[in-house]
Amino acid sequence: MARQFSISRLPGFGAIALLTFVLLYLPIIILVVFSFNENQSQSIWGGFSLRWYEAAFDNQQVRDVSIRSLWLALVASSLATILATLAALATTRVSRFKGQTIIYALINQPLMVPEVVTGIALLIVVAFIKVQTGYTGMGYLVLAHTAFCIPFAYLPIRARLETMDRTLEQAAADLYASHVQAFRYITLPLLVPGIVAGFMLGFVVSLDTVVITEFVKSAGQDTLPTYMLGQLRRAVTPEMNAIATLFLALSLCIVTLFFLVTSKRG
Amino acid sequence: MASDPNQTEERHGWKWLLATPALIVLVLAASGPLMIVVLYSFLSPGNMGGVAWEFSTDAWFRVFMRRDIFDPENVTVNQAHLAVLWRSVWLSAQTTVICAVLGFPTAWFIATRPPGQRTVWLFLITIPFWTNLLIRTFAIQEMLRNNGTINTALMWMGVINEPIPMMFTDFAVLLGMAYVFMPLMVLPLYAAMDKMDFRLVEAGYDLYASRIAVLRHVILPLVKPGFIAGSILVFIPSIGAYVTPRVLGGGQKMMLGNLIALQFGQGRNWPLGAALAMVLLIITVTALVLYLRAVNRQEDKRDG
Repeated sequence: MARQFSISRLPGFGAIALLTFVLLYLPIIILVVFSFNENQSQSIWGGFSLRWYEAAFDNQQVRDVSIRSLWLALVASSLATILATLAALATTRVSRFKGQTIIYALINQPLMVPEVVTGIALLIVVAFIKVQTGYTGMGYLVLAHTAFCIPFAYLPIRARLETMDRTLEQAAADLYASHVQAFRYITLPLLVPGIVAGFMLGFVVSLDTVVITEFVKSAGQDTLPTYMLGQLRRAVTPEMNAIATLFLALSLCIVTLFFLVTSKRG
Repeated sequence: MASDPNQTEERHGWKWLLATPALIVLVLAASGPLMIVVLYSFLSPGNMGGVAWEFSTDAWFRVFMRRDIFDPENVTVNQAHLAVLWRSVWLSAQTTVICAVLGFPTAWFIATRPPGQRTVWLFLITIPFWTNLLIRTFAIQEMLRNNGTINTALMWMGVINEPIPMMFTDFAVLLGMAYVFMPLMVLPLYAAMDKMDFRLVEAGYDLYASRIAVLRHVILPLVKPGFIAGSILVFIPSIGAYVTPRVLGGGQKMMLGNLIALQFGQGRNWPLGAALAMVLLIITVTALVLYLRAVNRQEDKRDG
């Protein structure tokens, strides 16, 4: 069959694209495959086994850091979602006002500033407060993660608000609904997909954050990523592959959910 | 959309107050600390880390210069710092180029699939973007180690007898960064191609342009905004990278982020760390400003 002339075909592009996909996935696939390896090696296959998953589950430290990570992500992204929802309500669908640019800049700062800079900035402040007050609890990490999650939670909520049909709210107002009633029964239900998406985005971001946690944490406050970062310096066993695989699976579930929630808008 | 102007006016009077809780958190845990970094960069280092509350420009001096310990009059350029600074900029630029060279055909490939397939390919690009950066760096480490996948495979095939040392080199850092930041290039490129009018490409061919001529004179100018956005999205996290150079570059092949962190650890020179952090921030902001300018110029051209 003669190849048809296609305007969108550029020679070699398909091959490079497929190569890119292979390069993107091969290391991850190998990582996952060797988490099921029978022997100690991460590059020589010795048969299927779940022993590294058992090892990971039996490891008290891994359990501790995982629970801390999930707890922190849950608390920080919940707080960030509430704050971001309020901020989105404040900054969308209003005429331009003085200080609007400053608010945008403040909200988006964690996205612009390199994480390592935010990290050492927090380290300086936290070190100072620790000396002054003696408090060394999880509060610092919660605050740092919340601030970092706000811009991520803010984006989908704001997007949802901007595309929302305003006539429904106007109808509510015409029917003598108060501001509070209109918000409670019209705006909020319509906003839910955005809020859920914002929460999930914040959750993933908090779960993945390693640099900020590394600088802010006190002794014994390792999260799963900082624990892994510490372990990578030594000779690692497939137990690390098993932990990474579980972590990947969790992220994948959340991302899939995120896509389902955001694509259902109509 | 036309809305009652009176209503909007009435609204924003109190509405912005809703943003205050978020702003308080952000000031406490983002902007405020950043201001303190500026302050700390003008103080003297304390004995055991921390700072002494004396004004000093020594930290800024030390970013670029160094004094001989025995002969304070002897001032030379700080080679070690400049080497790290140069490596950071150079590796980030290379990362951006690699991502562009591989990302452009990939985005093109996705954009030219039938619409139903496109979502799947796009999802495949997005997944790595959402999976933990540390885990992806770990995956690269597993490939590059002396007894890692690549060396084991090459030795098994008999190509080499001894493992090629690849870890803790600039190459490893470069490969790792290109790997982790690739989706950030493909996504904006795809967005630009998705908006592209393919009839223009067709018109080019109708006028007897070769494939290369169409690529150069039609496609590339049209997807330029995507290139600019992708480059900035790759360059900024690259220049500020900490995890990838730490894992793959080790202590020898530091980047700016690692040098900053070092001052707050073993270095025990917080003001120097703060000044270096400011240097990183200035580079980042400069890149962003150049980006915004380029975007504005593009828009002016379109309007004019």
